[in-house]
Formats: sequence, structure tokens, C-alpha cells
Amino acid sequence: MLAIKHLTLSHFRSHRVTRLDVDARPLAFFGPNGAGKTNVLEAVSLLSPGRGLRRATVDEFARQPEGLGWKVKAEVDAGGAHEVETWADPGSARAVRVDGKAASQVDLGRMIRVLWLIPAMDRLWIEGAEGRRRFLDRMTLSFDPGHAEQALTYEKAMRDRNRLLKDQVGDPSWYRALEAQMARAGMAMTRARAATVVALAEAQAGAETAFPTADLSITHPDVELPGSEEDLLRAWEDTRRRDIAAGRTLIGPHRVDMEAVYAAKGVPARAASTGEQKALLVSLILANGRALAARVGAPPLLLLDEVAAHLDAGRQAALYDEICALGAQAWMTGTGPELFAALGDRAQRFEVTEDGGTSIVTAAG
Amino acid sequence: MADDTNDVEALIDLMARLPGLGPRSARRAVLHLIKKRGQLLGPLTDAMAKVRATARECLTCGNIGTSDKCAICASPKRATGELCVVEDVSDLWAMERAAVFKGRYHVLGGTLSALDAVGPEDLRIPQLVNRVEEESITEVILALPATVDGQTTAHYIADHLPGTAVTSLAQGVPVGGELDYLDDGTITAALRARKAF
Ligand SMILES: Nc1ncnc2c1ncn2[C@@H]1O[C@H](COP(=O)(O)OP(=O)(O)O)[C@@H](O)[C@H]1O
Ligand SMILES: [Mg+2]
Ligand SMILES: [Zn+2]
Repeated sequence: MLAIKHLTLSHFRSHRVTRLDVDARPLAFFGPNGAGKTNVLEAVSLLSPGRGLRRATVDEFARQPEGLGWKVKAEVDAGGAHEVETWADPGSARAVRVDGKAASQVDLGRMIRVLWLIPAMDRLWIEGAEGRRRFLDRMTLSFDPGHAEQALTYEKAMRDRNRLLKDQVGDPSWYRALEAQMARAGMAMTRARAATVVALAEAQAGAETAFPTADLSITHPDVELPGSEEDLLRAWEDTRRRDIAAGRTLIGPHRVDMEAVYAAKGVPARAASTGEQKALLVSLILANGRALAARVGAPPLLLLDEVAAHLDAGRQAALYDEICALGAQAWMTGTGPELFAALGDRAQRFEVTEDGGTSIVTAAG
Repeated sequence: MADDTNDVEALIDLMARLPGLGPRSARRAVLHLIKKRGQLLGPLTDAMAKVRATARECLTCGNIGTSDKCAICASPKRATGELCVVEDVSDLWAMERAAVFKGRYHVLGGTLSALDAVGPEDLRIPQLVNRVEEESITEVILALPATVDGQTTAHYIADHLPGTAVTSLAQGVPVGGELDYLDDGTITAALRARKAF
């Protein structure tokens, strides 16, 4: 079981104080544009490591004009009841407390798994590799909470290497010292990502679902990604001269792309229709949820922002059925209550309105 | 009267800049010192004046002492052939508190960081390589943080000592934490269970 039972947003974006008492069923938030619906989902996304579903900086969360700092507090049923708090004072980094004790963001990742789908991802298959890589990493993180640490180590060592490249430093020993760490963390990342693709393929294959299967593969630009620590080290040593000319590291797990094929039609995801592209994303999120439920015994929290957009009525109904079958606490938004009619009493509804820049959330049955 | 208060305020401001002290604890400390003028404030100012005049870095290892060669480098008993490399003097002192390590030290004074423009020459690494030759060192023990910068430094040093046994403390120093924060038992265990780097 993984579900939020109580959520408080304090001075978080458009919310002054918003308190929600909820049960484990899916939640539907409806109301006009700008009312503060996505802000609620963003607050929930901060119960997992990272910068949240908008990739914002900590200061952006603080309610303006006060700018006093912000706090999100949740009572969570995660194999036992826990209280999670995350907040930032003005000018400070984000802090985390679990059951009253200081905790790290990695601790959060081990306890609460969160996946999301937001409108900005509607163009995921046609835009640059970065968004797809981030999506892959978010799914990987849900299976392997240690992935975040490996990615941070890799990133830090690579930024140092890029600095040496830009400064045209010659010292091979310094490069080797950084590349050794990049190789170790990079291979851990590569293995975890590959395992994720396998887990998703299995979860899609074994499922009765209305959503189309996405065949995933991980690719690397220009050359194949070296497949062992030794091969990575050799590749980086061999390409240092070229990397100096480019001023950055041209080979490595930081450059991979996740390609998807709409399996039933044999076409790349980017060539599918807008609705089909969205359906592929939903399919992956649901497969990820099923795989997690099978592995860790509980589906993740799902944050589905404007999820009904681009899905026809049949697919909307199928999505709701599959979320309920999965038993996931899905936090969904839409402009009107009619979008969630097919859920019947399987969901809790909240109306979100806005008054003079302050969001108001009221239970709507 | 106003001037006297300013002197006290100035002292509080200075104390508040010490690590571990904030304005409130600084105020408490100063008040305490003034109350114990004879037993504490006098000896303290004398001790500080002395340290100000005599404290200096050991030219060999970077430890802080009162002469060009610190007590550890001067003691023949500490010439065991083992050399422990630490980031900071506070790490050296933490190791000494645990009293398990019998050899000598080398204080780097930081860790390699291209982003922060800290290079090998800024870190007494050339001196380290010299010492290993001149003092017939048989084992170099790296007690560096488990951060990326700490481990980059560890790799870099190992790379420059191809003929010497290089080991590292068992669990590495916890991320972001200095040896200073470890209890003596943990340091002892980490030293005993050191492994080839
Ligand atoms: N830091 C902030 N302080 C106050 N209001 C904010 C802050 N950040 C965003 N907002 C407001 O939140 C509203 C957007 O909320 P959002 O949840 O995205 O709306 P929607 O209901 O359409 O999803 C905007 O009106 C915006 O001005
Ligand atoms: Mg929105
Ligand atoms: Zn010395």
C-alpha cells in the first residue's frame, strides 16, 4: 500500500494553507485554468527526490508576494504510517524530515515512489533526447532508488571533466581520476536503465490493457555506448583530444536516448498521432506501475496532470479502469468534473478555484 | 559607557564567527568569560596571544604546531613506514584522538576540484610524492571523503604512486562528513579494515 492520507500545503505557490484529508482512492481535481490544480500535484511530486514535476528551483515554490518559504507535509501510508515534511526557508536548500527526523532525498526515494505525466510531456517523443532520458531515469529511479546517487556522482565527475576540457588541462592523471568515477557510476546507471527497459517490456507483454505497447530501446548518438567500465575508460581516453575541441564529453550515458516504437503499427513513436503518442506514455506509466506493484508490493503514486487531454472517451474510461485495477492513488487534474464522470464513486473529487491569487480547494463528493 | 559596550559587542561579533557558535551562544560565552575574568578570560587571552605568535604549519606534513617540524614528524617512533593522507588538519587530529594510527600524516589542505579551480599544485601532492620516496614509505593510507572530489583526489594520488602500496579506509569517510565527526571506535574499525585502493 502506498497512499497519502493527509496533505498540507503551506505558502506553496498559489496555496496559502490547503489541507486535504483523503483516502487511498484516485483523486480528481477540477477547476479553471490557473486555479492551482497542478500546484497540488507539484507539491506531491516533492515527496520524491529532485526538483518536482516542473523542475523548479526551491525559491519558485515560495508563495509570492510574501516569499516566506514554503512547506509540504504529508501523512503517508507506506507499509506503515509515516509523516513526511519537506520545506525550504528563503535562500535555503530543500530540507526533508521523516517521522520528525532529518532525512535525505534519497531516503524519500526509498520510501515513496512517484511517477508523473504532465502536459509538457505531450511532445516528449518529438522533442530532444533530454526529456526522454529524464523520463527513463524517473522510471528507473522508481525501481532503483540508488539510481539518483549514481546519476549525481556521474554528473558531478563529468562536469569536472568538462571544466578540464574547457580549460584545456593536459594532466592525464586528473582525467583518469574523474573518468574512473564516471565509469563506475555510469555503468551502474546503464545497467539500471537496461533493467528498467526489460521490466517495462515484461509488464507490457503480460498485461490486458487498452493501451498500445511501446517497444523501447536505448541508443547513443554516433557510436554505440561502451558496455563495460574498461570500454568506457578506453573510449574517454581515446576521445580526449576531440572532447577538448568540443569543450565537453561526447560519449557516455549522459547522452543516451530512449527510442520507442508503436509496436502494433511498427512505426516510431514520433510518427504516431498526438493521441497515440499520449497513449504510449500512459501505457509506459501503467506498465511501470504494474511492475512496481509486483516487485515492491505496492503501486507508485501517479500524478496525471490534464491526463484526459488528447485521449478519446474510450481511452479515458480504460485509463480509469486500469488505475483502479492497479490500486494506485492517482492524482489527476482536468478543467471540468465531466472529464471524471466515468470514475463514478471510485474517485474523490475536489474543486479548485482561485480568489485574489489564493487557491481554494473544496471537497466535491 | 557606550564605548565599553562597543568593545563587548565587537568581541561577541568575532566569537559568533567561530564554527559552531551563533550570535546567541557567542553572547553567552562572552558573558561567561567576563564573569570569570581571572580564571578564564586572562588565561585565554594569554593562550591566544601565544598561539598567535607561535602557531604554524609543519613544513613536512601540514599539521599545525609551534615549530617548523611538528611533534609527529619529529618523533622517530612515528617513522613506521605508514603515511596517512587526510584532507584537513581536523582529520589528522581526529585520527590522533582515536590513537590507533602509529605512523605519520600528510595533510592535503583540500581536495581536487576542477570546478572550484583547485589543482594538484594547490594540494601539496608533489610534496607527498617526494615524501614517499625520501621517507621510505611502504604504505600510503588514504583517509579522504567519499565525495566525488575526495575520490578524484584518491585516484589521482594512487596514480602518482605506482610503486607504493596504496590503501583506503574501509567505508571511506561518509559523504560530506569529515573524520572529525566520526567516533573513535568507527575510525579504529575503518583503519583496521582498510583495503587496497
Ligand atoms: N510562487 C507563487 N506564488 C503565488 N502564486 C503562484 C506561484 N507560482 C505560481 N503561482 C500561480 O499559480 C497559478 C497556476 O497554478 P496551476 O496549479 O498551474 O494552475 P492550474 O489549476 O491551471 O493547474 C498561476 O496563477 C500562478 O500565478
Ligand atoms: Mg495545470
Ligand atoms: Zn609534521
